[in-house]
Amino acid sequence: MSDNPHKHKDDVSGVETTGHEWDGIKELNNPLPKWWLYTFYACCAWAFVYWIFMPAWPHLSTEGWTYTKGVLGYEQRQSVADELAAVQAGRADQLAEITTKPLVEIAENPALMELALAGGKAAFGDNCAPCHGSGAQGSKGFPNLNDDDWLWGGTLDDIHTTLQHGIRWEADDETRFNIMSAFGKDEILTPAEISDVADYVLSLSGTQAEAEAIARGQEVFANNCVACHGEDAKGNQELGAPNLTDAIWLYGGDKATIVQTVSNGRGGVMPAWSSRLDEGTIKQLTLYVHSLGGGQ
Amino acid sequence: MSPAADLTALANEAAHIANPHGDEGERYTAVNSEANRSLYASRVKIYPKLVHGSFRRLKWIVMAITLGIYYLTPWIRWDRGPNLPDQAVLLDFPARRFYFFFLEIWPQEFYYITGLLILAALGLFLVTSVAGRVWCGYSCPQTVWTDLFVTVERFFEGDRSARIRLDKQPWSLGKFGRKFAKHITWVLIAIATGGAWVFYFADAPELARQLLTFQAPMIAYLSIAIFTATTYTMGGLAREQVCIYMCPWPRIQGAMFDEESLLVSYKEDRGEQRGPHKKGASWEGRGDCIDCGQCVAACPMGIDIRDGMQLECIQCALCIDACNEIMDRVERPRNLIAYDTLRNQERRAKGEPTKLSLLRPRTIVYIVVLATVGLIMLYALVNRETLQVSVLRDRNPLFVTLSDGSIRNGYAVKIVNKDHDAHDYVISIEGLPNARISRVGALGEESSTVTVGPDTLANVKFFVTLPAADLPQLDDGKAEFHFVATAIDDGKRAIRDTSFRGPEK
Repeated sequence: MSDNPHKHKDDVSGVETTGHEWDGIKELNNPLPKWWLYTFYACCAWAFVYWIFMPAWPHLSTEGWTYTKGVLGYEQRQSVADELAAVQAGRADQLAEITTKPLVEIAENPALMELALAGGKAAFGDNCAPCHGSGAQGSKGFPNLNDDDWLWGGTLDDIHTTLQHGIRWEADDETRFNIMSAFGKDEILTPAEISDVADYVLSLSGTQAEAEAIARGQEVFANNCVACHGEDAKGNQELGAPNLTDAIWLYGGDKATIVQTVSNGRGGVMPAWSSRLDEGTIKQLTLYVHSLGGGQ
Repeated sequence: MSPAADLTALANEAAHIANPHGDEGERYTAVNSEANRSLYASRVKIYPKLVHGSFRRLKWIVMAITLGIYYLTPWIRWDRGPNLPDQAVLLDFPARRFYFFFLEIWPQEFYYITGLLILAALGLFLVTSVAGRVWCGYSCPQTVWTDLFVTVERFFEGDRSARIRLDKQPWSLGKFGRKFAKHITWVLIAIATGGAWVFYFADAPELARQLLTFQAPMIAYLSIAIFTATTYTMGGLAREQVCIYMCPWPRIQGAMFDEESLLVSYKEDRGEQRGPHKKGASWEGRGDCIDCGQCVAACPMGIDIRDGMQLECIQCALCIDACNEIMDRVERPRNLIAYDTLRNQERRAKGEPTKLSLLRPRTIVYIVVLATVGLIMLYALVNRETLQVSVLRDRNPLFVTLSDGSIRNGYAVKIVNKDHDAHDYVISIEGLPNARISRVGALGEESSTVTVGPDTLANVKFFVTLPAADLPQLDDGKAEFHFVATAIDDGKRAIRDTSFRGPEK
């Protein structure tokens, strides 16, 4: 084919063919349209200009593969960073207001609240979701933040304090701290007494058991548990002692789990976020968590 | 000048001018005649000659109406009350609304536009199957603007023969002046065209003020610039090339009309044998076509209608007027070129009587489909609700157990108020006995009233809580119920079904 024995002049157009033939169809060797050719040359010229000014050619250096940076110093990573910085700068005033204003005032300001909830949601996904779940629904040992039951209080200030200082986070001097004793492991109560007190605790939320066991359990409860959980067993948010009469159980509401809880004690830990997040973010998180449906 | 001498002059003119590729012995050829068609032809300028007659008059009227609609529509006011724009036709992109007189379209109602496009397409099919390329010949913007631009050209440079002479002349101050005036007028028309376009997208008087004080948004100036360039290029320079090479419609039309469609055609049976005719000579033994070339001179597409049906023919009917003028002069019956069907041509050739069958399966199908789509759209339009509610149930978490054992679900409720006034809506639930509804952010308050502004949408979050004692009414952890929005003032209601989820037991 390359030697063009088939090359000949087309009868109709008078143009020479390229010699390529497919099923009797031959290709005319027309010149390229001028506008197309000049556009092509212009693009070639532009490519050289581009190589000089913009990042272009990969090459090896002593530190491995790199590329020509171009004299304009353009970098996509940097442009993204610049755009993010510009967004932050645009919000700087409002974020400063969130940092300085009391929580209640932010909640009453729709514009600030909108920003705070959006920021809070993003910060929650980044920092809180691993334990509390992406929908703040919690799991065994990690409280559900949507409900109306709070271990350490559900007001804006309570949530804010919990976020700032954490729970049983020893690195923070002001952390919320209380320990539930391991009544079984430390041999404060006998296994029989623990079984009785578990029956009593279950009876508080309507699960019936042997009446005598409940009566014995009530006695054990009065002697050992009321200090934190209260005489009515409704808990004490000052001490992080849960309400034992409601339908919500952090670790589980069956007898085996309650026996385990009483025997070994519980002491969940939450980090103090003031050392990791800035005050503005903590406040946004506070408002977000408060808005989930259980805030008081 | 005697009529005969006049006609000879016309024929000679046609022979000289419209024969760019003509061979010796051939008196004239249309620019785009079959013989001249080549795959590699460069464009030969067409000089359409002014004709007079009923179709030319009709085209002037259509031009006035279509241009009037285009330029004036944005300035028509339509009172929608104090809360909404008063422009009759407005595409408000920032607010995502399309206003069309009494109609108002939200983005989710864009199917109305789809319906309109379907109606337009079917209408085009129907008209084409009945009377050929009526759209192309009379009302297509390309045709209308080209006609306008040719009229301007004719005003400054004279009619066909004067224009041809002018183009052949060497450059002079006079020629330059005429050409310059023509192009300036074209550009002004093009600017007005682009200028009218942007008024459809913003309040026309306000935008006009901004445009004149150079305070309009950059996009407005840019749009005007683009439309000015395209109008000038398409209407002034490209003209018939747009129809022949750019537009897909000529390719589609072949499937749209049939042998019963009325098409602008030359009655070959009556016209042939064609040939020059001297005044007073007998018409026996020859056709009525005197071969004067006026149909070719008048054609804005540069074709010879006597070659038969052609892709280039936009069926503007100007050749009918041109031929009728001549037929009157030579005192032969009119309509040698006329709207005619292929079937009738066959019938005449066989000596059978001609007849029109406009109602035939093809047109009946188009009419039925057109009517069906039209009725569906009318029904949708008449039953358009001004109040809509949509409900999206929270899925993360699916449900929340509260301390008293009750179960709570969260719902994002959107209330769409398409009315022109603000309304207060009471949001309630039906079908879930004893469940409580509370508005998030107004926790504990009984009020579940939402105020929605005119022509806007409110996005409100609600909690629905089912007491522990009522949980048995859940079937496999699920119950269907619905949200109801009721306007306090006029009692208008909208209902949306959704479900409530609890623990599966």
